[in-house]
Amino acid sequence: MTAVHERVDTFHDNDQKPVGYGRMLRKEDPRFLRGRGRYVDDVQLPGMLHLAILRSPVAHARIVGIDTSAAEASPGVKAVVTGAMLAQQNLAWMPTLSNDVQAVLATDKVRFQGQEVAFVVAEDRYAARDALELIDVEYDVLDPVIDARRALAPDAPLIRDDLDGKTNNHCFDWETGDEAATEAVFARADVVVSQDLVYPRVHPAPMETCGAVADYDSVDGKLRLWSTTQAPHAHRTLYAIVAGLPEHKIQVISPDIGGGFGNKVPIYPGYVCAIVASIVTGKPVKWMEDRSENLISTGFARDYIMRGEIAATRDGRILGIRTNVLADHGAFNGTAAPVKYPAGFFGVFTGSYDIEAAYCKMTAVYTNKAPGGVAYACSFRITEAVYLVERIVDCLADELGMDPAELRLKNFIQPEQFPYTTKTGWVYDSGNYEPTMRLAMEMAGYDELRREQAEKRARGELMGIGIAFFTEAVGAGPRKDMDILGLGMADGCELRVHPTGKAVVRLSVQSQGQGHETTFAQIVAEEIGIPPADIEVLHGDTDNTPFGLGTYGSRSTPVSGAAAALVARKVRDKARIIASGMLEVSVADLEWEKGAFHVAGDPGRSVTIQDIALRAHGAGDLPEGIEGGLEAQICYNPSNLTYPHGAYICVVDIDPGTAQVTVRRFIAVDDCGTRINPMIIEGQVHGGLTDGVGMALMEMIAFDEDGNCLGASLMDYLIPTSLEVPDWETGFTVTPSPHHPIGAKGVGESATVGSPPAIVNAVIDALKPFGVRHADMPLTPSRVWDAMRGQARPPI
Amino acid sequence: MQVPAPFEYERATSVDHAISLLERLGGTARLIAGGHSLLPMMKLRLANFDYLIDINDLHGELGYVEAGPDEVRIGALTRHRELLESPVLAAAFPIFADAERVIADPVVRNRGTLGGSLCQADPSEDLSAVCTTLDARCVIRGPGGAERVVSMEEFHVGPYETAVADDEILVEIRLPVRPGCGSAYAKVERRAGDWAVVSAGAAVWLDGGAIVDARVGLAAVGPNTTGIPAISAALRGQEPSESLYEQAGAIAADSCDPVTDQRGSADYKRHLAAELTRRTLRRAVERARS
Repeated sequence: MTAVHERVDTFHDNDQKPVGYGRMLRKEDPRFLRGRGRYVDDVQLPGMLHLAILRSPVAHARIVGIDTSAAEASPGVKAVVTGAMLAQQNLAWMPTLSNDVQAVLATDKVRFQGQEVAFVVAEDRYAARDALELIDVEYDVLDPVIDARRALAPDAPLIRDDLDGKTNNHCFDWETGDEAATEAVFARADVVVSQDLVYPRVHPAPMETCGAVADYDSVDGKLRLWSTTQAPHAHRTLYAIVAGLPEHKIQVISPDIGGGFGNKVPIYPGYVCAIVASIVTGKPVKWMEDRSENLISTGFARDYIMRGEIAATRDGRILGIRTNVLADHGAFNGTAAPVKYPAGFFGVFTGSYDIEAAYCKMTAVYTNKAPGGVAYACSFRITEAVYLVERIVDCLADELGMDPAELRLKNFIQPEQFPYTTKTGWVYDSGNYEPTMRLAMEMAGYDELRREQAEKRARGELMGIGIAFFTEAVGAGPRKDMDILGLGMADGCELRVHPTGKAVVRLSVQSQGQGHETTFAQIVAEEIGIPPADIEVLHGDTDNTPFGLGTYGSRSTPVSGAAAALVARKVRDKARIIASGMLEVSVADLEWEKGAFHVAGDPGRSVTIQDIALRAHGAGDLPEGIEGGLEAQICYNPSNLTYPHGAYICVVDIDPGTAQVTVRRFIAVDDCGTRINPMIIEGQVHGGLTDGVGMALMEMIAFDEDGNCLGASLMDYLIPTSLEVPDWETGFTVTPSPHHPIGAKGVGESATVGSPPAIVNAVIDALKPFGVRHADMPLTPSRVWDAMRGQARPPI
Repeated sequence: MQVPAPFEYERATSVDHAISLLERLGGTARLIAGGHSLLPMMKLRLANFDYLIDINDLHGELGYVEAGPDEVRIGALTRHRELLESPVLAAAFPIFADAERVIADPVVRNRGTLGGSLCQADPSEDLSAVCTTLDARCVIRGPGGAERVVSMEEFHVGPYETAVADDEILVEIRLPVRPGCGSAYAKVERRAGDWAVVSAGAAVWLDGGAIVDARVGLAAVGPNTTGIPAISAALRGQEPSESLYEQAGAIAADSCDPVTDQRGSADYKRHLAAELTRRTLRRAVERARS
């Protein structure tokens, strides 16, 4: 592994518990493994009522009338609430995270199948659900808009007639790059390749669905809300704005979360309904959606119809990349992305290549489908961007008759070019791509694989080798550029060392399974030398943690990880002053060894961080001007995003008779800068690669022509199992981020971003004998068979 | 949590007790064994019954695989895992283990039953295709212990519909044993645990070098699992050969009636009917010879 950079060296075995970075078992796992996790649905409060939501059975209809009388008379029912009733309190609509509005409960029309129409509050979940059957809604069914390509047709039905002056289904236009400069390089290029690509609508499908328990105390006016949120602080502020509740009287608690993947970033109507129900009934109210509700109504991902174009010289020098995108945003623009980035970070579609010009033009439309857009570990649309560039680079390689690895190596941004400003304005902080690519090729045995493939082709067997190389932009973000509804994307962090030398660190970010309780303890441990086992990590409760924007877009380590390192350094600086008093030397004469200060040149005269903690809280004098206690707080505003990269190689076999794809091998070499806990990183990568197999081969939220969702259960919406994935082969290089305090970059979404194009490229490579240049996901056996017969079709 | 509609629950203590409950409750009741198809349908409120009659305590009476001279008898409550691990079936009908390995996952196989699979009458159901291939007979018991025996063609009367009346219960499946038998099963699915895109079972009976009889059963290409008499007719008396398998595959493709859905296009399913017919026949012949 000669390509591995220095800095990662001595990782300890699991049971050795490193004081700082290294492999160690996750601190949170004992409670999960023993079934002692505490999720929202585990919350039981005295007198708690249960809420169930009636959803629209049709995609587009005017509501003529709602009769709730039978439901109200049903046993155990305490309240039935409709949109009209919410409208009286001005609560029928709420803002989305993208400056659009979304109906909490429909008042005028329903705009997608599964939209919230009314809710029932009852003594138990069964009574609430049964009463839904008794609500009589009269719908005047309207023609739906299902095909995004038809959304802007002059005769298309108008979906958003709630918006003043709206006469069509246009959502927004967006562009980036330099259109004229791109025209110029395309005009003089030897080779131009163009390819239509669809990244179909998929769903994050977390194991735990969304839900909330709202407990409003009418005496002290305090609302406690346990909810499945990846962003508890941002949600609290938005509730204050939406519901008019004072922010200091709102406590949002995000307990253990069973997977998020972006699905739990938005505020869903159900949360608001639970709050309203608690206020109305004076009781705690629980709402937990079922699996079908989660799949049909909560934040989807992707749904981009793209045309990619790439211009190059005959010898394989990429000159420019251009793309035109039609984005389906569903019935409401519920995208969760920084407000200045309506297409998220799709602007990184220029990938890892040093090119001369780039341009993107995007049109987003409303359709009669569930709202959402940014979810499923997508890194704010970098998933779509990487898929686009890595697919069209492969198309170019095909056109030029060049090996796709060679074409990539020829066009990489070179290490000395960093920081590198892309043609769409992104400043890549660091990167060293060739060693990462070479390591992946070495691990794969790339040349040998190509030989094997040639032999198999000669025998009529179908084997494919697919490459994807990605650069991500993660860790939103600098507050000068990035905010969500006016909330800057900086993160607070607090660290308190107790008198006995144990510590508690309080984070604004919330884990949904990423292992924060371990990773953040290790970050603090590395800085102040207290063992991770002695550091409690608190998160997910707005009353007990500092403000910050939450966990999504791989931002926890880039932003809050930096905050944790810096707050620990702040504590260490104070400890140094106290140590100088204890050792009766000047601060300048002290040297820090992880966990203790000693007098320079006299290692025997030392005090440990634990000694210092006791002194900080004990009797006796402290150095002049130093307060008692050993704690600090910080708010970290990142100066830039971090830019992890990776090289993925996938090997597939296709059964020529049945067109079934088997992922035989998958080599993933990730470079996420400094590695805090390699075991956790590998776990994240394994999960993301599995996601990639799902998206590439089987997942899609499809609709019929009436707008019925065809993926409303896990029987219909397939997610991969262990049987569809190979043993993952992971490797790494380390290119630290120059601006991040510990050089770390986010890794949570890398594998989800990088794996779909690697798998699709492998399938297309396998199908080369059939003259196939492209086929869209999901590459189900039927769709692969179509491609083999020259009849590849887009999935929508 | 998906919440089913209200229902009452009874636990049968014997087959006769179960039948007496069915006599009383009629069409408002449903038997539950493994429950792996029924409970999801109830939770989605696609199936709503006033009563569930749990027959899992009847495994002592209805859970068995017994080899006789002329037939193998399998109790309706025999679980997938027992079928997968049965030495009797491994020796007589390896098609069972082929199929069981691709039915759902170990959790489902620990609970799901042969009788439940057949009574669900799902057009994509694997064991129905297996039983069709093996020309199984289904033993149905009614009030007073009266039993009748029907063929698979008679048993399945439409999608999700069987010949079992409201006051009857499927108690046994009988598989005729003839010499020189080889059998095999193959399935194409989008993912482990998904319903078949198409699956096929084949059984051949050889005498000397020639095919005495052959049967093919297809799933997911019509309203019920399909046995194809034309294939049997075409293969009888012939020497096994690749061209014969080709011919059988072509008949399979022509005989089935698939529809385009999320699992695949009708054309692709037709192609698979041919491909899997060829593959399973080839394998069945190999086994018959070995």
